[in-house]
Amino acid sequence: MTTATPTVPTGTQKITKREGPARRVRRRLNTRTATAVSIVIAIVWTIPTFGLFISSFRPEDQIKSTGWWTFFRDPQFTLQNYEDVLFGGSSGQLASYFINSLAITIPSVLFPLAFASLAAYALAWINFRGRDWIYIGIFALQIVPLQMALVPLLRFFSTGVSLGGVTVLPAWDLDGSQRFAQVWFAHTCFALPLAVFLLHNFISQLPKDLMEAARVDGATHPKIFRTIVLPLVTPALAAFGIFQFLWVWNDLLVALIFAGGNDEVAPLTVRLAELAGTRGNEWQRLTAGAFVSIVVPLIVFLSLQRYFVRGLLAGSVKG
Amino acid sequence: MDFDLAAEQPKLLMLMYGLLAFVLVVGGLLLLLDVVPTAVARRREAQLVAASASGAPPPRRPRQREGLFALFFLLPTVLLLLIGLVVPALRTILLSLMDRRSENFVGLDNYVWMFADDSIFRVLLNTLTWVLLVPLAATAIGLTYAVMVDRARFERFAKSLIFLPMAISFVGAAIIWRFVYAFRGAEQEQIGLLNQIVVGLGGEPRQWLLDSPLNTLLLIVIMVWIQAGFAMVILSAAIKAIPADIVEAARLDGVSPWQMFWQITLPSIRPALIVVVVTITIATLKVFDIVRTATNGNYETSVIANEMYNQAFRYGEDGRGSALAVFLFILVVPIVIYQIRNLRQQREG
Repeated sequence: MTTATPTVPTGTQKITKREGPARRVRRRLNTRTATAVSIVIAIVWTIPTFGLFISSFRPEDQIKSTGWWTFFRDPQFTLQNYEDVLFGGSSGQLASYFINSLAITIPSVLFPLAFASLAAYALAWINFRGRDWIYIGIFALQIVPLQMALVPLLRFFSTGVSLGGVTVLPAWDLDGSQRFAQVWFAHTCFALPLAVFLLHNFISQLPKDLMEAARVDGATHPKIFRTIVLPLVTPALAAFGIFQFLWVWNDLLVALIFAGGNDEVAPLTVRLAELAGTRGNEWQRLTAGAFVSIVVPLIVFLSLQRYFVRGLLAGSVKG
Repeated sequence: MDFDLAAEQPKLLMLMYGLLAFVLVVGGLLLLLDVVPTAVARRREAQLVAASASGAPPPRRPRQREGLFALFFLLPTVLLLLIGLVVPALRTILLSLMDRRSENFVGLDNYVWMFADDSIFRVLLNTLTWVLLVPLAATAIGLTYAVMVDRARFERFAKSLIFLPMAISFVGAAIIWRFVYAFRGAEQEQIGLLNQIVVGLGGEPRQWLLDSPLNTLLLIVIMVWIQAGFAMVILSAAIKAIPADIVEAARLDGVSPWQMFWQITLPSIRPALIVVVVTITIATLKVFDIVRTATNGNYETSVIANEMYNQAFRYGEDGRGSALAVFLFILVVPIVIYQIRNLRQQREG
């Protein structure tokens, strides 16, 4: 492990040209080892996905009898797998689950985003008693694993709340696609601590003068929130939005418990996990199915990567 | 063709309802907060005018207003957190002390069972393996890669390659790797990459996911594959934040790259390193999807989160499931306390 190229300040790039030949060779060599190691890591990280991707376009009998690398010797291309897995009833019907994933994800991103930005603003810029305690409380909730809430929350939906025999809240009693509401509710609750924390980081760092000037001009808190804060923290909203989108779209546990397994509510992940369990060797379905589920987050991720990285950094390093 | 667009309509309708609810709740809240204070302010102005006209002392400015705003801004969040997280978490603690149907109080029986039952002990052991290996491996690989590609020619592209698995669901990742681990009998052509390599090297193909404890290690590889990108991004940003003059000074002193890494880079990024390790550790403690998709927890690969799901939602053992959830929580707490103390030190230092 020769870690040769750390943090060369850009200025030295020019100086290198004037270095003695021996030093230059050594630098080159170090760089070469570094390049080799990083290429090896990059290959190991890419090949599995690449193999699955190639396979998803190969005919069933080919997938099952030869490795995907033979594709390059004997290319046979088909879209049949995708057609089967998207629309065929017994082999996936993923189109239907795809819609479920969308229906679950969109509100599950919007609700926590709105509620958390309101709360973060209040915690950062409104003076009231107990503010710090509420913030610490919400911050601390980040450590509660969502597993802690699953059993009681499911009971809350299915039997309601009763205190000493008196029904305080009735059961939600949802069926069919109404059960999306349960999933939205659960995802929103579970997302809030992190969302408030992240957005508070951004919102509390807006310039104080700006806020005071607005107050002096007679702007009310809702007005400041709408006209000043929201436009300024758009990057933060985008960052958390992407984060939450990926989390919800890729989630299995919450969906499994609150949506159930049928095609009326369950998202792609639940269906895929089920296919992997019951039809583990039907690779023509699994390969195409996995890609159907990956494609949307991949597009979102690649097009908005900048915001996502910024959000990650703000969330974890600033503390 | 079993797909029927008409059958999808209730879903889209429900989505519409959801979006409508969103607009009504959030818009309504903002509108309420906008209209009411304006009205109040107008009335107050009128009062002030009236008061100055009659020469009476101006009415006292209501003190509650700020607090009232805060209340409405915070209301949805606090309410949802109470209903969805705080109360359920407290109830889970209670349920963990009760029997499977939550009727009788059984004390610590569920916790005793956790450590007494051999198969569950195995689960705890597996979780320990995960928690020790994943943060270590993911951070090491992420750090190595971050250092190596730093200021390289195709840095952005190279980083994207490692970062990409973060966008893939754990379920998708498990399927991708199951395909790598796929097995065919020795007389057949292999379709899994790993077995192909083994055969190519003259070995016998194996059923990778069936042999314990190797199968747990192979599942851990999947998690490392996902988390290394996260480690790489955070650490890469930390490396770029090291002041250039420190690096330059070290360079003038003639330190070797190796020394540079251990004496300059590593100490400078220590805070980021801790954050990465802690974050990955917590994520690993809760890992569920990978195990469930790859082996369903069979062949001695189960972990706490998977067992919790099985007990509570498959076997109807609410008490045991809750006890496992509480145990998970207990494992997370010291890690977070460590991180908070660390952050505080950093701010003071």
